[in-house]
Amino acid sequence: MSLLDQPSSPSLSGGGMTRRQAWGLVGLLAAAVIAWLVFAVWPDWLNAILISKKAFVSAILNGITLAGLYFLVASGFTLIFGLMRNVNLAHGSLYLLGAYIGYEVTSRTGYWLLGVAAGFAVLAIVGVVMQVFVFRRLEGDDLRQTLVSIGISIVAADLMLAVWAGGTYQIATPEWLDGALTLPVITAVRSNGASVFLTYPLYRVVVLAAAIVIGVGLWLMLHRTRVGMMIRAGVDDRAMLQASGVNVHAVFAIVFAVGAGLAGFAGVVGGSALSVAPGEDVRYLLASLVVVIVGGMGSITGAAIGALLIGLAEQIGLVYFPTYGIVLTFVIMVVTLAVRPQGIMGKAR
Amino acid sequence: MRMHRRTLLALAVFTGLTAPSMALAADDTIKIGLLATFEGPFTVLGEDGERGAMTAVAEMNGTVAGKKIEIVKGSSDASPDSAVRAARKLVEQDGVKVLVGPLSGDEGLAVKDYAKTQPNVTFINGTSAAQDTTLRDPAENFFRFSTDGAQWMAGLGTYAFKDKGYKKVATVAEDYSFPYTQVFGFMAEFCKAGGHVPSKSWVPIGNKDFSSVIAAIPEDVDAIYVALGGADAVNFLTQYQQGGGSAPLIGGSITVDQTVLTSKGKLRDVLKGTPSAGPTADTNDAPAWKAFVEAYKKQPGAFPSPSLFAHGYYVDMKATLLGLDQVGGDVSDGGKKLRDALSKLSFDTPTGKVSLDKNRNAIADIFLTEVTEGADGNLMNKLVKVVPQVNQTLGIPEDEFMKLGAVNRDNPSCP
Repeated sequence: MSLLDQPSSPSLSGGGMTRRQAWGLVGLLAAAVIAWLVFAVWPDWLNAILISKKAFVSAILNGITLAGLYFLVASGFTLIFGLMRNVNLAHGSLYLLGAYIGYEVTSRTGYWLLGVAAGFAVLAIVGVVMQVFVFRRLEGDDLRQTLVSIGISIVAADLMLAVWAGGTYQIATPEWLDGALTLPVITAVRSNGASVFLTYPLYRVVVLAAAIVIGVGLWLMLHRTRVGMMIRAGVDDRAMLQASGVNVHAVFAIVFAVGAGLAGFAGVVGGSALSVAPGEDVRYLLASLVVVIVGGMGSITGAAIGALLIGLAEQIGLVYFPTYGIVLTFVIMVVTLAVRPQGIMGKAR
Repeated sequence: MRMHRRTLLALAVFTGLTAPSMALAADDTIKIGLLATFEGPFTVLGEDGERGAMTAVAEMNGTVAGKKIEIVKGSSDASPDSAVRAARKLVEQDGVKVLVGPLSGDEGLAVKDYAKTQPNVTFINGTSAAQDTTLRDPAENFFRFSTDGAQWMAGLGTYAFKDKGYKKVATVAEDYSFPYTQVFGFMAEFCKAGGHVPSKSWVPIGNKDFSSVIAAIPEDVDAIYVALGGADAVNFLTQYQQGGGSAPLIGGSITVDQTVLTSKGKLRDVLKGTPSAGPTADTNDAPAWKAFVEAYKKQPGAFPSPSLFAHGYYVDMKATLLGLDQVGGDVSDGGKKLRDALSKLSFDTPTGKVSLDKNRNAIADIFLTEVTEGADGNLMNKLVKVVPQVNQTLGIPEDEFMKLGAVNRDNPSCP
């Protein structure tokens, strides 16, 4: 089969357009269609199919901002699970604990930013403690890591239920993050000729911006700094790294701290955008698992792509086929696993 | 005190006499299973349900027909399979012969089906309020002294159309049997009065991000009917407020319940003035209700006013205890006597008289309410009107009512 294939591939590239160029053209076309969908005033037939332009554009924007939140949670997960191969199914509990701590600090001090910082700092410490006292003893033993971390998550969920009860908490965002942005997107034209512009909550845009900044920062840390180099080296061959005089345990503790801290940070940010309640831990654990599996384990870019796919699928599903919306997420996961088991950006090992 | 001592003495003598002959568990206690959502998105609702049930137990001083009441708790997470699992554990492992619960709609349908396989156990509902738990294909040993979700809406559709003047209403509700029943109850009256419902959004239970759903609601509706519960309601209302939503709201029974009204955050502003209907009203002046509120408040962690879950579990537990009292706490005949007693039971609750129909579903008073801010700053459901003795077919003759069909996403419809 492969022998037969070989002669045809040069002829394909010789046909005026390479595969890369073809994909580029498709991408350009898609971008043009999306730009038209967003900026043009829709004809009636399109409104009829997609409910309304406001609904469609909002769903896309919400999908992207939700992806920002998912990315914040999943980036910590991808560091710990994907990069260090340390199965930590208590990641969702870290998210929820961070949210509760953020709520307590914010409501007591009145400073939201302080709550965000506390969420990150406290959970980073919790992460180090978990790494040193639990996971260090279980290095390389996936099954025990899985069982122990599930145990931790169950105990943590009940402890949090005991402390914060079953109520729904809303972390209050500061005044300067409240309100809505008016976007230069016309959703409809009134009969008197005035255009109706789309408004969008400012806070969600900030969440997205934070996710992008953190994503770029993480990527730079992993690929451009000495610490990042050590982490990558430690994952590939820890014995050799240790032999060259690096304290591997310290490096892994740092990664765990950053990963857990990001979960706590995401908890505060997510708890302000949506809300905090028991059960969130499982929800975000599942979301991060799907994001990391789809995106590819250990890849920051992959986590971003995975989060974007899942966020968009969830929101579009919610608006256009709510009953079966949840299926869409898992269809994406199944297709990825079937076609590209290592994930979209994952390295085959 | 002397009375108490004498009872104790009597109990001691009684147990002394019976203990040698009893190889099994002591006969001086009666086990009652209490099934509610102590985990998952409805945790706060389940906890309040328990407070209601315990209020009824406390009213009887923890004994019925001379036997000590032992409550065995079972926890579900609002999913039908978890409810059946918890019910199985209570019945098959703990050996309860009387079970009170579950809390939510789909759970009720599942537990009803399970009840059919356990004919010797008596099931009394908690607050689950799906219509078909008792209307179609009921179980002989499942009783509901709390009313169903369509009954709870009695009077609201007419009030929204005539008094509030809403002609077009969009609905947002969770995607399972209880909200179907609530929307049915609302639309049955609203559509009949001449109103239209151009858009119905069904969202998965436990959904967090409602902004896309809010954006998809048509802009030309007069009001939005919201039937969401617990955390879902809080999320929807907060995001509706953040997105600058301006259309007035109409609340489903659990949307403006104390479990939501006591939430912390900015959603209070959008809730004020929201009309709703349900089995309770916070500002009810009836002495029986006030006495109930005082008794309820003695429970740890109680809300300023009992939620409808506390009320429902109270009524069902109270009925259970009254039934057990009538048969002297004797369920050794597979509960047959108890079930006979329950079917004929008619008693006064804090919210008026309750009796059962032939399907063992309650006929009771329903309260039309509006959210207001109380003197102490707490949000309250102000009583607007009492709709007396609503039955399961909403006053429509039964054969005509059955022709309306089973409730689901698309039934009823009046775009």
